[in-house]
Amino acid sequence: MENRSESLKTERNEAWRSDLRKNIKAKDRTSLIRAKMNEVDANVRIKSYVEVNSGLTVEQAQQEAARCIDCANPTCINGCPVEINIPKFVKRIEQGEFLEAARVLKETSTLPAVCGRVCPQEKQCEANCFYTQKLKKEPVAIGYLERFAADYERESGQMSVPETATSNNIKIGVIGSGPAGLTFAGEMAKKGYSITVFEALHEIGGVLKYGIPEFRLPNDIVDVEIDNLRKMGVQFETNFVVGKTVSFDDLKEEGYKAFFAGSGAGLPRFMGIPGENYIGIQSSNEYLTRINLMHAAEQDTDTPVVSGKNVMVIGGGNTAMDSVRTAKRLGADRAMIVYRRGMDEMPARKEEIHHAIEEGVEFITLANPIEYFADEKGRVNKVKIQKMELGEPDASGRRRPVAIEGSEYLIEVSTVVVSVGVSPNPLIPDSLPELTTTKWGTIEVNEDTLQSSINTVFAGGDIVRGGATVILAMGDGRRAAQSMDNFLKKNEQ
Amino acid sequence: MYKIIEKTFFSENVVKFEIEAPRIAKARRAGHFVIVKIGKKGERFPLTIAGADRVKGTITLVVQKVGVSSRKLTALNVGDHITDLVGPLGQATHIDNKGTVLACGGGVGVAPLLPIVEAYKKAGNRVVTVIAARNKDLIILEDQIREYSDKLVIMTDDGSYGQKGLITDGMEQIIKDEDIAEAMIIGPAVMMKFASLTTKKHNIPTLASLNTIMVDGTGMCGACRITVAGKTKFVCVDGPEFNAHDVDFDEMLLRLGGYKEIEKEAETDYLKQCE
Ligand SMILES: Cc1cc2nc3c(=O)[nH]c(=O)nc-3n(C[C@H](O)[C@H](O)[C@H](O)COP(=O)(O)OP(=O)(O)OC[C@H]3O[C@@H](n4cnc5c(N)ncnc54)[C@H](O)[C@@H]3O)c2cc1C
Ligand code: SF4
Ligand code: FES
Repeated sequence: MENRSESLKTERNEAWRSDLRKNIKAKDRTSLIRAKMNEVDANVRIKSYVEVNSGLTVEQAQQEAARCIDCANPTCINGCPVEINIPKFVKRIEQGEFLEAARVLKETSTLPAVCGRVCPQEKQCEANCFYTQKLKKEPVAIGYLERFAADYERESGQMSVPETATSNNIKIGVIGSGPAGLTFAGEMAKKGYSITVFEALHEIGGVLKYGIPEFRLPNDIVDVEIDNLRKMGVQFETNFVVGKTVSFDDLKEEGYKAFFAGSGAGLPRFMGIPGENYIGIQSSNEYLTRINLMHAAEQDTDTPVVSGKNVMVIGGGNTAMDSVRTAKRLGADRAMIVYRRGMDEMPARKEEIHHAIEEGVEFITLANPIEYFADEKGRVNKVKIQKMELGEPDASGRRRPVAIEGSEYLIEVSTVVVSVGVSPNPLIPDSLPELTTTKWGTIEVNEDTLQSSINTVFAGGDIVRGGATVILAMGDGRRAAQSMDNFLKKNEQ
Repeated sequence: MYKIIEKTFFSENVVKFEIEAPRIAKARRAGHFVIVKIGKKGERFPLTIAGADRVKGTITLVVQKVGVSSRKLTALNVGDHITDLVGPLGQATHIDNKGTVLACGGGVGVAPLLPIVEAYKKAGNRVVTVIAARNKDLIILEDQIREYSDKLVIMTDDGSYGQKGLITDGMEQIIKDEDIAEAMIIGPAVMMKFASLTTKKHNIPTLASLNTIMVDGTGMCGACRITVAGKTKFVCVDGPEFNAHDVDFDEMLLRLGGYKEIEKEAETDYLKQCE
């Protein structure tokens, strides 16, 4: 920690930064208004999968960067799970050195263009910004700026590929190509390891590809990052289920010295209420996979999707928002969210809720489905909803929803998407009986080193945390790379 | 990878492929399946691994033309590559020496039945097999099945081959003469429903290998879910085999129909394009 604050201080005192600080008075900086993200109009965007946010212009970005007062004690960094040097990259933007800004981001974040788009900044860096904390004003738009710098670099065609150390020929296997696996792969490649990423699906990217829709995170952006990893020498094997296609023992025989499991929390949960297996009721994973991974909405693909005129999505997280907004785009007249708590308790990013409202999504809060009904062909046509009220706070600190007896009523539906959470993928634990797991089925690891009960297996991301976030998965990938490197070096001696 | 090494027509609509997939050939056991995708825009669909040659590094798949994807696959020839092939998936069949086992296969269900019949035989069981189809042309793998069966009964709906009658008629005949310790049934959902009722009547422990709609095949989507003994199960990871008497076949039949109309339309379009 000492080291970090020392180096932050030294960097802050570099001439370019102190000069920049002197250019504009702090008071003038704080009277600037926060930039508004440019976006495609709601009525236009729901007719296609165009990305909703179109980014900041150069002027907007520099102006927004000028709001940052380059604090001596930058609290924003404490809110960032990977501790991006926020003032440094923001000041590079103010200075007009956008490629430099991108370089700063990449010192700590492997996928800045992704994080700029999907991180819950309002709960992380921006929540800890001096503006939010002390001035009670809107925070510096750190997320928008992160996206700006990363996009600028990508579009400039001058994307820098991180340098890699000379190869040490030590083979490491990565299980899963979500943000945890990709980050781990990049960090280890930099250190000179030979990395192969195994992915069960036919596409690389994990949730970034099959879950988060194009209108929020275009696939191209993820692909550029994957290409960069390829340029760094990372190998990818798709259609490869570790534990099924080959066992760990086989991989060890093939020379793999250690593994990182980033296999995610891919298993959809259902509620177990009557009628839940009727036709037209699907998990958000199925619904989104059909659209995002299999491109079911495009005319010339073979995968079908059922999405009717009355679509009800159960849940209040990002996955629920992605599903309901997808339903709108597939032509639903009525796209509804049913959530058992209130608007304020929804775990989704604020921006997504805001966008969903703009797009005409109906929110039915303090409500819970308790039974489904179907026509003679088994197609769901009605849902029985029970009203809820908020009771005492539960273990998570959120007020527990309590059912109101006798409040049931019916809503007509043609499609239901169940988005009530995911469970850890059991493939890896099942194929490694010696691996210690928690009662929730997540892999148990040492909190600092991310090493599991098998000393050559490290793990991170959703398979350790349960359904969490992209940035936490990335942070785990980085940390695991560092500690696996330490571990392997120590073992060599 | 995934190069087609051999292609054999069992009938106009049923094709056997040998495909290069050394890792899968090595890892697979009876009961496992693969997910196949043809072309960049193809859909993912499951096929049971009918056999494998570890030395050659190939697996055998038997495909019946029933929709767009199976037609696209059967249109491929020796030397062509399958775009995506992943496996082996699912839980392998638990094979023991039980004494006498009854193996029942309907239609293309005979293809996934073959490795199981083989494994039963190699585990020392007396294997009695019934295979059934609508007519003579749809009876497949007769010789291969016969090789591992102590007794083989063939049934056709129209009597064009073997005996005339349904699979359940053949099963009743055998159950009368033999002391069956366990039964395995694979085939179209309706057939499995009635075959399962038949063994239930005689109190014979029975496994059914289910072929539901799937997307990923790794437990990620729930498209393959069914109800077994009142609980929701995912066929791709919990199955594909379940205690047949606990399976809600009526629900499974409904769910299989979920995409029927869209699929029929797509098939008609595809056939038009092919003309
Ligand atoms: C629809 C949706 C929207 C979301 N929106 C946001 C958001 O806005 N912001 C945010 O921060 N987070 C969001 N999340 C959560 C975030 O995506 C996850 O926390 C994150 O992707 C976890 O990363 P991961 O690398 O641990 O796993 P994943 O991204 O789940 O990747 C795991 C990969 O491992 C593969 N795999 C599993 N087992 C094996 C095996 N045995 N062999 C080979 N491969 C295997 C899987 O196929 C998968 O591709 C969202 C999630 C969803 C589903
Ligand atoms: S806390 Fe806010 S104002 Fe201070 S350095 Fe960080 S982003 Fe800039
Ligand atoms: S096919 Fe997706 S969970 Fe079984």
